[in-house]
Amino acid sequence: MSQKKVLQAKGITKRFPGVLANDGVDCDLYKGEIHALLGENGAGKTTLMNVIYGLYEADEGEIFLNGEMVDIDDPNDAITYGIGMVHQHFMLIPVFTVAENIMLGAEAVRGLALDRRSVVERVRELSKQYGLEVDPHAYVRDLPVGLQQRVEIVKALYRGADILILDEPSAVLTPQEVEELFRIMRELTTQGVSIIFITHKLKEVLAIADRITVMRAGKTVGTVTPQETDEARLAAMMVGREVILKVQKEPAQPGEEILKIEDLHVLDERGVKAVRGVSLSVRAGEILGVAGVQGNGQSELIEALTGLRPVESGAVSIANEDVTGNPPRSIIESGTAHIPEDRQRHGLVLSYPVTDNLVLCTYYRPPFAKHNVLDHQAIDENGRRLVEAFDIRTPSPYVPTAKLSGGNQQKVIVARELSRPIKLLIANQPTRGLDVGSIEYIHREIIAMRDAGCAVLLVSAELDEIMALSDRIAVMYNGQVMDVIAVDDASKKKLGLLMAGSTESVIEQEAG
Amino acid sequence: MDWRRLGFIAMIILALIAVVVLVGGSEVDPAVIVVSMLATTIAVATPLTLGALSGIYCERAGVVNIGIEGMMLASAFFGWFGAVYVNTILEMAPLPSLLVGVFAAVLTGGLLGLLHAVLSVTYKVDQIIGGTVINILAIGVSGFLNRQLFFEKGSIFGGQVPHAPGVLPRFGVPFLSDIPVVGRIFEQQPIAVSAVLLVALTHFILFNTRWGLRTRAVGEHPRAADTVGINVYFMRYANVIIGGMIAGLGGAYFTLESVPSFEPLMTNGRGFIALAAMIFGNWSPFGSWAAALVFGVAQALQINLQFFRDQIPDQWAFLQQAYVVGLIPYLLTMVILTGIIGKTTPPAADGVPYEK
Repeated sequence: MSQKKVLQAKGITKRFPGVLANDGVDCDLYKGEIHALLGENGAGKTTLMNVIYGLYEADEGEIFLNGEMVDIDDPNDAITYGIGMVHQHFMLIPVFTVAENIMLGAEAVRGLALDRRSVVERVRELSKQYGLEVDPHAYVRDLPVGLQQRVEIVKALYRGADILILDEPSAVLTPQEVEELFRIMRELTTQGVSIIFITHKLKEVLAIADRITVMRAGKTVGTVTPQETDEARLAAMMVGREVILKVQKEPAQPGEEILKIEDLHVLDERGVKAVRGVSLSVRAGEILGVAGVQGNGQSELIEALTGLRPVESGAVSIANEDVTGNPPRSIIESGTAHIPEDRQRHGLVLSYPVTDNLVLCTYYRPPFAKHNVLDHQAIDENGRRLVEAFDIRTPSPYVPTAKLSGGNQQKVIVARELSRPIKLLIANQPTRGLDVGSIEYIHREIIAMRDAGCAVLLVSAELDEIMALSDRIAVMYNGQVMDVIAVDDASKKKLGLLMAGSTESVIEQEAG
Repeated sequence: MDWRRLGFIAMIILALIAVVVLVGGSEVDPAVIVVSMLATTIAVATPLTLGALSGIYCERAGVVNIGIEGMMLASAFFGWFGAVYVNTILEMAPLPSLLVGVFAAVLTGGLLGLLHAVLSVTYKVDQIIGGTVINILAIGVSGFLNRQLFFEKGSIFGGQVPHAPGVLPRFGVPFLSDIPVVGRIFEQQPIAVSAVLLVALTHFILFNTRWGLRTRAVGEHPRAADTVGINVYFMRYANVIIGGMIAGLGGAYFTLESVPSFEPLMTNGRGFIALAAMIFGNWSPFGSWAAALVFGVAQALQINLQFFRDQIPDQWAFLQQAYVVGLIPYLLTMVILTGIIGKTTPPAADGVPYEK
């Protein structure tokens, strides 16, 4: 990292109808540094980057590259100036090969035909130079997300980018993939690439950034270095108040058994057994956390419990009532709330207004329907009340839910599921991709449900979350429950070993 | 296009040819029947092939075009009108008149393509509605003008259907048409030949050129294309206009190559069958052409069975009824569209307007 400023944005202001997304934002970048842009969802980080990348035109403000003022009207300009952007939602075409994706818009041609061979060669060179191994002939749809992201980075480098904007690059990655990404980022900076790293994850910025600029509500709050700050102080800067990062809760007061799973077997899409003989029990007033590396049967287990996937064999009962293989509505009516893993695909109808999403489980019953006719007045009233009560940030309860930020979409689900009388809450990855403020909020709600006597089954890939919320922890590996341990007996190391499939005896041996 | 699908297509074509050989084989040399069936198949598949290619350009760029039927009908009319006008009023020779007609047809298709692009790309009108508008517009305009120009006393043609400049002449493809027996297949009229050439050209353009890569990109993931500096709106406009021009050429087939006259509604659903061929061919040029040939062979069957009417055995008497055989192309459309043979995948952003 040198003291040469490669990029400087001064006083950027960008208005959208009804929103001031950027309000006089300043940001700069030195050569070879990793500059983290930290802020909650909707703080204006992505807007700022889209302005720099030419996707949006700023209403006010100036951009300087290497000290010279420039006009960036569209992505072509940005690319010419050596700015590359890796978007949060990858801008890759699944049915194209890696090489085709990389060359798109900057195609090499010989005569009229595409010169695929030279692109493949160039990709191989870049892979070698920066340690970014990708197969240029692979189809993008066949690649795991970690590799797709690598393709995006190579795509930017192929265009000669020496300023790289990474928008929430770690949101979709596994912990191992995040490590790999950080290795790549460090490698890139040693070769003179400067990186703007957009995120809302505190641990990550402290681990990788040279400088951290915090944004809140469209403004820059300040710029700090990792040495002079810590998680709590960053969180306070982001949210604008003290944030309790540690979940506070009283010891559980378990009551009667609510959810009982006996020797459950479930198949996945391909007809392979994904859940193999799981038996679990959750009592009223306790949280049972299910830990495990993703893809070890957790999703199939939850889908079977909520009636979304057929049960192969075994039994499920809720409050002493057998619900094995019942359809979702009957399970909902037996007092179950479900926060699904993928909120956009399974939790919401994105094109529906917020009000309608808030009655998706109950629209067919009074007070929302009378004689099979919807009572829109009651639905709207319910919507307004819940938007208020659950602090859902939306311009109005009637906008399509797609317009809300991820955190607020999740709040819509939480409001819908927790606002009706329930005995059992099944939450699968309830805070995935959310910012600190929203995570804190959802954690508080889950604890409140527990304290109100609800049984909670929580699945999460984040060990921190499992350990913070659960009273007991079940570890799943390869479709089976390895063990169920009380949270006080659990350590990250012990859970990690169980998640990797080690049995109790192995752990004891290692301990001894 | 997978092998199962190609096998299915080959099977149907062979089966329908076999029917004609069985019926007429005693009268005429079976080899001649097969060759003549194949030649007719390629010829009558022409509007379907061109219609499918038109659809491929539009839909690969992300714009659904169900207006191909209307584009072909309007082009058939204006192509016919152009040829007749320069032939009779300006007294141009027949062949140049026909070429002027082809030009007018392609221009008409291009303009309707432009209209569709304005509606669906700029104004983001529902693309099914946009296509329907074009279909209705074409029926109305061609029917009305046909009556006004050719049948009203005091019109430019004096209330009389003018003497036609004929149809585009058949010619032999160099070398190929000299081959004994099968050479007959390569004696075709110019639009039929250009349709086949356009299949190959479109394949090359789509999969091996910059234009094709960008076209497919805006049809699959327009935002991704936008972020690498591709003008999504321009690509969509250009491809829909190109598609319209190809549909226009398909329209020219009806009045300048098949028969020397215009009839209201003469495209008779070919534009829709062409869309079925495009879907069955999984939005690929060669696949769609193969599917168009299936519909073509069904029509060739109809033509040939009429020729061999007297040879049809009594137990197959129902085949003597022209309408029974005439149903076959439409029945095939329905059977094929029920997805009898695997799943097809449209471009991911097909029919979705792009919002910046």
